[in-house]
Amino acid sequence: MRLLALTAVLLLGANGAHAASFALADHCPPSFDMAEDGRCHLVSLYQMYTAAPGQGGLRVPLPELKGSYTPQQIDLGRLLFFDPVLSGDGKSSCAHCHHPDLAYADGRTTGMGASGEGVGPARRQGDVLPRNTPGLWNVGFLGRLFWDGRATSLEEQSVGPLFAANEMASTPDHVRQALAMNPEYRRLFAQAFQRSANQPIALEEVATALAAFETSLVSLNSRFDRYAHGDDRALSDSEVRGWNVFRGFVGRCTQCHVPPLFQSDDLAAIGAPPVPGQPYDQGAGVLPPADPALNGAFKVPTLRNIALTAPYFQAGQFAQLADVVDFYNAPRGHAVPPGAKVELHWHIHMRQAELPPQDVADLLSFLNALTDTSMSPQVPTAVPSGLPVIPRLHP
Amino acid sequence: MRGSKPMTASALALATAWISLAASQALGATLTVKAGESIQAAVKRALPGDRIEVEPGLYKETVFIDKDGIELSGIVRGGQWPVLDGENKLNDGVLVSGHGVTIERLWVKRYKGNGIMTQGSNNYRIAYNVVEGPCFYAIFPQFGKNGLVTHNVAFGSEDAAIYVGMSDNVDVVHNQTYASIIGIESENSHDILIENNYVHDNVVGIATTMLPALPVKSSDRIIIRNNIVARNNMKNTAPPGAITAGAPPGLGILVLGTDHTTVEGNLIRDNDGVGVMVSETNFLVTTPDDRMDPFPDSTQVLRNVFLNNGSNPQGTLRDLLDIAGVERGVDVLATGKGRDHCIADRLALTTLGTRNFADCAPGTTSAAVASMQTAKPVVATPFTADQKGRLTYLAVCTGCHTYNSKLVGPPMVVIKALYGKDEQRLADYIAKPVRKRPDYPEMPSQDYLPEDIRLAVARYILSELSH
Repeated sequence: MRLLALTAVLLLGANGAHAASFALADHCPPSFDMAEDGRCHLVSLYQMYTAAPGQGGLRVPLPELKGSYTPQQIDLGRLLFFDPVLSGDGKSSCAHCHHPDLAYADGRTTGMGASGEGVGPARRQGDVLPRNTPGLWNVGFLGRLFWDGRATSLEEQSVGPLFAANEMASTPDHVRQALAMNPEYRRLFAQAFQRSANQPIALEEVATALAAFETSLVSLNSRFDRYAHGDDRALSDSEVRGWNVFRGFVGRCTQCHVPPLFQSDDLAAIGAPPVPGQPYDQGAGVLPPADPALNGAFKVPTLRNIALTAPYFQAGQFAQLADVVDFYNAPRGHAVPPGAKVELHWHIHMRQAELPPQDVADLLSFLNALTDTSMSPQVPTAVPSGLPVIPRLHP
Repeated sequence: MRGSKPMTASALALATAWISLAASQALGATLTVKAGESIQAAVKRALPGDRIEVEPGLYKETVFIDKDGIELSGIVRGGQWPVLDGENKLNDGVLVSGHGVTIERLWVKRYKGNGIMTQGSNNYRIAYNVVEGPCFYAIFPQFGKNGLVTHNVAFGSEDAAIYVGMSDNVDVVHNQTYASIIGIESENSHDILIENNYVHDNVVGIATTMLPALPVKSSDRIIIRNNIVARNNMKNTAPPGAITAGAPPGLGILVLGTDHTTVEGNLIRDNDGVGVMVSETNFLVTTPDDRMDPFPDSTQVLRNVFLNNGSNPQGTLRDLLDIAGVERGVDVLATGKGRDHCIADRLALTTLGTRNFADCAPGTTSAAVASMQTAKPVVATPFTADQKGRLTYLAVCTGCHTYNSKLVGPPMVVIKALYGKDEQRLADYIAKPVRKRPDYPEMPSQDYLPEDIRLAVARYILSELSH
């Protein structure tokens, strides 16, 4: 069990109920260092390299994280992320669907929201959501969020599920009241945002704290990274061949999944298969102002920790990575239903890739070398509301 | 609480560049690859600064270079070349991510993907190669700064024969490209010089493009100068999904959405569509991208020689000319909303759509730009060992250790007390940890970190770390 900075001292009240006294961390999370601005800044071995903005490659710098936050804001965000108090029924926290043991996703084809019980694939009785729950590793680098890219910051994104009736089913009033009634949160918000505890808790502060915590979820120490930084024993022969398929121009995966983050902020119509019995998901194409050229386009997801986030695609159409590779290896546009007007992204293979079985196997090996959860934050054992924290899925 | 100051850009710039030094000083060994041996095996053995000489012979492999400062150099003897043959089965011929790499005098043929590709490499040189299709791009430097592509012959590409993608400061000079969809293309790149090339018998001769839905969102400062651009009238055989499928044959030079593009001193002849076309991105590709500007600005069409262009415009060019009621193609055709263009020699040319082009000021020339390469090699790793020690501690070790409390591993105050000033002993432990504490898991070996970095981390922990 990890003990970061937070020390949760459990006090047994007179009536037997638990109350807790929480202290926010005064130092930055793993892989972050405090700068003179008092905020935590990412430190990564990719800072050793120089390249022009936007360019990918093996030894190139990372894009900047979109936001920087104080240790207290990050730690407060961690408590909020795991606290069901924000949800309408007080039963679901962010972590119920973005579970730390499932790479901050839920292992389901599509998410399960309001009134749901439990976590992960075993979650039941809740509203079935239309899209797959994305994992959160490296989400702080993104300039577009949600599958259709409709939010442009984590702050904006974080309140989306919170106030969606079929997800956490909360309201601004509920959030404000639930937090205002909690003396611990009043104190912690005042500390994190350096203001008087008498001031009301603002929704913007909740969003900032959640974004701060999510920004701390950084995964850059996979075996691939060791290879990138110069250890050519870090990948097996098959994985190296897979890396060559991945970056080469028959596979051309790096054109959208740009290393070293293996993601991009572009929307791409790749011709995903429909979900049986449902209308074809037009993705970004139906966001106002409706743009038919974006029909069926979705945000390019990261491939970091991709082995941990099955099933895949915006509605979990593919159960395994092998299915995904088969999809890309099949002819361009093969899965688009007749009549769906989709302009495929121009980087989708112009001819069928026709990768032979060995290449496909190597590619799969490589994708499994992008796993790293070494900077996992501590899951709190208790949260200020006293409500139960998510169960862990593997000890 | 105050932390240590993060590394600034200026601090980066001050430090040393061991990679480019290693490459330029040629301190390394020479490894020889004989016919029947594996080039990759030599790459695996090579160290930065080494030169690999490849004897004439047939090599059926993909060669990849993920280390810096390697010179891969073919030996041509009595007209016999070292030939890399993908047999239409292998994906790519040569893949490079290392900096300061040279690829020269190889005959690369029949790879399904690219013949020679660099990705994220700086300070590269691709020279004196022959790259033969069918392939996707024959020569494709992508994502990198400061490169030279010179004296190559490239033909038979299903897209551009020489394709400079999302790159900065590249010279493409003295090459011959033909029998490809596009002879030479610069895509979403900056500071590119395309000069003294012979570009003939392609669908499109030379194109500079601003393409959507790519991570680099601008395309600027490109000089197309002193090239021979002739007979680019090949039938377009690009597959229907390709954006080049819409490229009409007969285009000598295409300026598509790029800014500050200069076309000067070229001999542009016998291209059956149009000599020079200045257009916006959606002439070829309509994918929307709200983060880029699709309109070309500040094109300069300076003095060039136009001979016999426009005798048989086809496809979308034909459509455009029909709308204007013009039968024959023109020397210079402009469409779209670009601004601040100029044209020289207007009266000597046939033009269409150039009404918003100013006359270039007399004497305007790009001659002052002899090269777009950077004056000095790009510094690839501007960190001292001590700085790397700190980076590595924060980027790797903090996943399990904090300064003064137990995380996964023991707190660093305990380690500091245990090792005192013995950096070497701590560095050795980092490489080969053994279980010492029953209440902690065994530390995984960190021997993937180079020896000097392990020592630097140990020094950082024992001498610097204080909070």
